[in-house]
Amino acid sequence: MPTSANTAKQHSKSAPATQKTKPSLTTATMTKLSLALSAILVGSASAFSLDMKAQGGNTRRELLQKTAGLATSIAVPTIANAYSVPDLNYPFEALEPYIDAPTMKIHHDKHHVANINKATEGKPEVDILELQLNALEAVSLRGPAVRNNGGGHYNHAFFWDEMAPPDEAKKTKPSSELEAMINKSFGSMDEMKAAFEARAAPGALFGSGWVWVCVNQAGDELKLVGTPNQDNPLMKGVADEVMFPILGLDVWEHAYYLKYQNRRPEYVSNWWNVVNWNKVSENFAYVKEKKAGVPVRG
Amino acid sequence: MLFRSILAYIGVSFAAAAIELPDLPYSYDALAPSISEKTLRTHHSKHHAKYVNTANEMLKSDPSHAKLSAEKIIQDRKVRANNPSLFNNVAQAWNHAFYWKCLKPNGGGQPTGKLMGMIERDFGSFDALRTKMENEALTCFGSGWAWLGYDGKNRGHEKLVVIKTSGAENPMAFGITPLLTIDVWEHAYYLDFQEKRGDYVKAYFDTLVNWSFAEENLKSILPGHEEL
Ligand SMILES: [Fe+2]
Ligand SMILES: [Fe+2]
Repeated sequence: MPTSANTAKQHSKSAPATQKTKPSLTTATMTKLSLALSAILVGSASAFSLDMKAQGGNTRRELLQKTAGLATSIAVPTIANAYSVPDLNYPFEALEPYIDAPTMKIHHDKHHVANINKATEGKPEVDILELQLNALEAVSLRGPAVRNNGGGHYNHAFFWDEMAPPDEAKKTKPSSELEAMINKSFGSMDEMKAAFEARAAPGALFGSGWVWVCVNQAGDELKLVGTPNQDNPLMKGVADEVMFPILGLDVWEHAYYLKYQNRRPEYVSNWWNVVNWNKVSENFAYVKEKKAGVPVRG
Repeated sequence: MLFRSILAYIGVSFAAAAIELPDLPYSYDALAPSISEKTLRTHHSKHHAKYVNTANEMLKSDPSHAKLSAEKIIQDRKVRANNPSLFNNVAQAWNHAFYWKCLKPNGGGQPTGKLMGMIERDFGSFDALRTKMENEALTCFGSGWAWLGYDGKNRGHEKLVVIKTSGAENPMAFGITPLLTIDVWEHAYYLDFQEKRGDYVKAYFDTLVNWSFAEENLKSILPGHEEL
């Protein structure tokens, strides 16, 4: 009989509780284990909040960011839930036909908003980037909300801003520095896209998660990273080293199901049509210079 | 043997490279409006079929695992470590075959007999069980399943448990026998309920759940089949 502890550890990246405690499956511990089973089986579980708080109220946050500077850590104790969902830079229907308007609206107004309310769980707000770095450690101290919902906030805020309507996106292109790095790391843009699509396929990224193009710690190479649920490569412990995303794709089913249903590969290959390479190039330049994650709005 | 017959009953077959896609025990439109015809058709003929086909492809090209039964692949830690994709696809094939039987047109209500007695003993009341299962379904972050299971590992203290599992994970891997499940991958409800997973879970209990299937599952393992 397999032991739950080891099985969960091996097969779920998101089972931090088991990594600490490693309960052994003797008869004596059985009762205790059963009590803890729900936590073990889905270690990263957190309330998938369905009560949506009204959107808005991000002015205060924006002000904070303006005064403090986007890249600076804002370790100011403020009211909880001061994170906010940033408005999109384009209308919900702007990414048609590749991403449909109803998907964009629900994704932004419901899914992203759901993350906001849970991100800090009533604790003083810290800069969202700071929240990412220690998200996995925070699970044992504060529960899974920082990892799941703090991650969910950062990831979605990052995602919205790297996209543009197709006719605009078409006119964007990687900077010469980024292009050189893509060629160095993958051979060519086409080869990078092919590798990305393979990494995003349902068999490779099983279940819910994200696929990222990141700059490694040394700053000399781009890496493809797939992360489960709302993890991202800024989180210590997710990949071999902390890496800095410059491009990321949401492959949770909610990101494409209304339009594509089971056809995730079609969603992924269509998505290139709305990637804003100017923004990706900006992300690249920022990450190279600062060796830090790209700040997000909200 | 009993286990095999239970699994065979719910539509999982054991010959090498012959995991099958069972027909639904009802028509694609039979669960509407709670689960639409489009959702059910896609879920069964695309998602479930893909898991079955992929599992069979993998078994064909993986001689060291080709002769193993579905439950062996689901339960054996080493097999899973060696080939996690095989585990994912075999377990998802099993989970979906099981899930279809947990649903029926005009379902809902409450269980009876031995199962109801055990629910009242282990959870206090049916409502308490339902609340617990709904809560597990709602807090299952990402893709996964919520289960009612029978935990017979502790002889003399056998009991019902409610758990959630991530991805393709199945309670059998933890020595718990599934009695009932809710698929909470977004594909199970997104066309019909979008982000409102809670409404899907409510519809499951109000209009879809097939308690007699759970009762049969319990009957099949009682009494005294601890090898499960
Ligand atoms: Fe998303
Ligand atoms: Fe499913």
